[in-house]
Amino acid sequence: MLRDITIGQYFPGHSFIHKMDPRMKIIASVLYIVILFVASRPLGLLLGILMVVMMYMISKISAKMVAKSLKPVVPIIIFTAVLNLFFMTGPSEPLVSFGFIHIYPEGVAMAVMMAVRIMCLIAGTSLLTYTTSPIELTDAIEVLMGPLKKVKVPVHEIAMMMTIALRFIPTLIEETDKIMNAQKARGADMETGSLTQRAKALIPILIPLFVSAFRRADELALAMECRCYRGSVGRTRMKQLEYAKRDFVALAVMLLCLALVIVINIYFPKMI
Amino acid sequence: MNDFIKAQGISFSYHVEEGQQPVSVFEDLDVTIHEGELTAVLGHNGSGKSTFAKHLNAILLPSGGKVYIDGMDTADEEKLYDIRQKVGMVFQNPDNQIVATVVEEDVAFGLENIGVPPKEMRERVDRALMDVGIYEYKKHAPHRLSGGQKQRVAIAGIIAMRPKCIVLDEPTAMLDPRGRREVMETIQKLNREYGITIVLITHYMDEAALCDRIIVMDSGKIILDDTPKKVFSNVRELKTVGLDVPQTSELIYEFLKEGYNLPKDVLTEDECIKAITTLFRRKGIKPAKPEQQTEDCSQEIV
Repeated sequence: MLRDITIGQYFPGHSFIHKMDPRMKIIASVLYIVILFVASRPLGLLLGILMVVMMYMISKISAKMVAKSLKPVVPIIIFTAVLNLFFMTGPSEPLVSFGFIHIYPEGVAMAVMMAVRIMCLIAGTSLLTYTTSPIELTDAIEVLMGPLKKVKVPVHEIAMMMTIALRFIPTLIEETDKIMNAQKARGADMETGSLTQRAKALIPILIPLFVSAFRRADELALAMECRCYRGSVGRTRMKQLEYAKRDFVALAVMLLCLALVIVINIYFPKMI
Repeated sequence: MNDFIKAQGISFSYHVEEGQQPVSVFEDLDVTIHEGELTAVLGHNGSGKSTFAKHLNAILLPSGGKVYIDGMDTADEEKLYDIRQKVGMVFQNPDNQIVATVVEEDVAFGLENIGVPPKEMRERVDRALMDVGIYEYKKHAPHRLSGGQKQRVAIAGIIAMRPKCIVLDEPTAMLDPRGRREVMETIQKLNREYGITIVLITHYMDEAALCDRIIVMDSGKIILDDTPKKVFSNVRELKTVGLDVPQTSELIYEFLKEGYNLPKDVLTEDECIKAITTLFRRKGIKPAKPEQQTEDCSQEIV
């Protein structure tokens, strides 16, 4: 069962969004975040909601996945909303006054807007990992971070580390499974006892796992050296990333939405 | 035949702890391997065979003596990547030599390192995948493949670089019988069809028997170096260094020990059966049913 964990939650498909260049998907995600935070009017945020709904429809990712991605951030959403609700003050009369707590209409509006904003943010950015394979993602990150090489950031090495980490996750999960079984066969008890006891029971699993991971790293480094690996110098890539027409269409749509949000900000009255 | 690998009087030792006497793995070793040869290096654990293998593509440098690969000195740093391109290496654990998360990307890894243009790379990767027979798995994740398939991915990654020689360090040690057969068939195919020089480090006798030449190492010394037939006829010597011989050689050896007159250089099962049936016929032992002759013989003996 441990073997079937998918990291990064990628759902293969053939939609417009799946086929987009991973670099453009990252750029579009960043633009979407900008749109969400620029939008300060309800109408602007409504556009943000509309966009995320449209994107999920195009990518044919089920709505269940949205719920799944939002689940872990529910406490954060509630926390931010409550904070805004109680501490936002405005010129108008408070709606409720209860001892030292005053809830203003501005607070209610702000709380709702913040909650909507975070939900859109999580749902929108999750789409990036839902529709892009991890390997494409690392390739794109390597290219997009390219300019940072000038300031001595080891971009290629970072991308290589990410690739190797992705490659070894299933291998190490399988290994953990084996070690756990081996320790259970020797009478290790991992399911009962207090939290500290259970944490202690993990030590005999973690130590062999670390030892084996280091040994693997050593052998992998040797194998890489044998295959003429010497960092990014003089290296070529088999898969060349190429922008297609659809990428520019997506970029244009994103920029248009951003412009629209700015226009809304200017022409609509400030609510808060 | 050209001398492709030439090791002249090489020694190697390593330090276990600072200030202690270095442990010598081998001393004054001379080995020549010709182009296109399929050579097996036999020896039990600690005989120095893996250490020797690592000298063949400049992973280790000899502390004394010289190793020449196709005329290039492995100690010459400028030639380092030329040597590693000419001599590919496959290790025991297939999991620990696959770098990428997709089969074809892993095969391309070596080519990316030496800067092959993308278009040519595509062709070479596809060619290599076809040569080892895993083309249909090219989009798969390596961890979903069987051990034999993973090891063939590793071999594909090496042959895509078009090496002249492949050194395999116990490539079948972690595989099941089917995986072992797949890998051995691939190795033999590469040797026959492309004339790639193969150095196969192993401790499986049946694998060594398939090679052109066997080098037997024990505690850093070469004790036998000949064709499989000649090497495996030295049953007693192999046993004293803790190695086994193929069952056929052992059987013939037992017969010889009892004083029967049999040819010494018997290796394949067919040859063995033929030798024993000739012996039986000479002694006047007749099979019960002539059509089941071979089966009867082998049953009686085993």
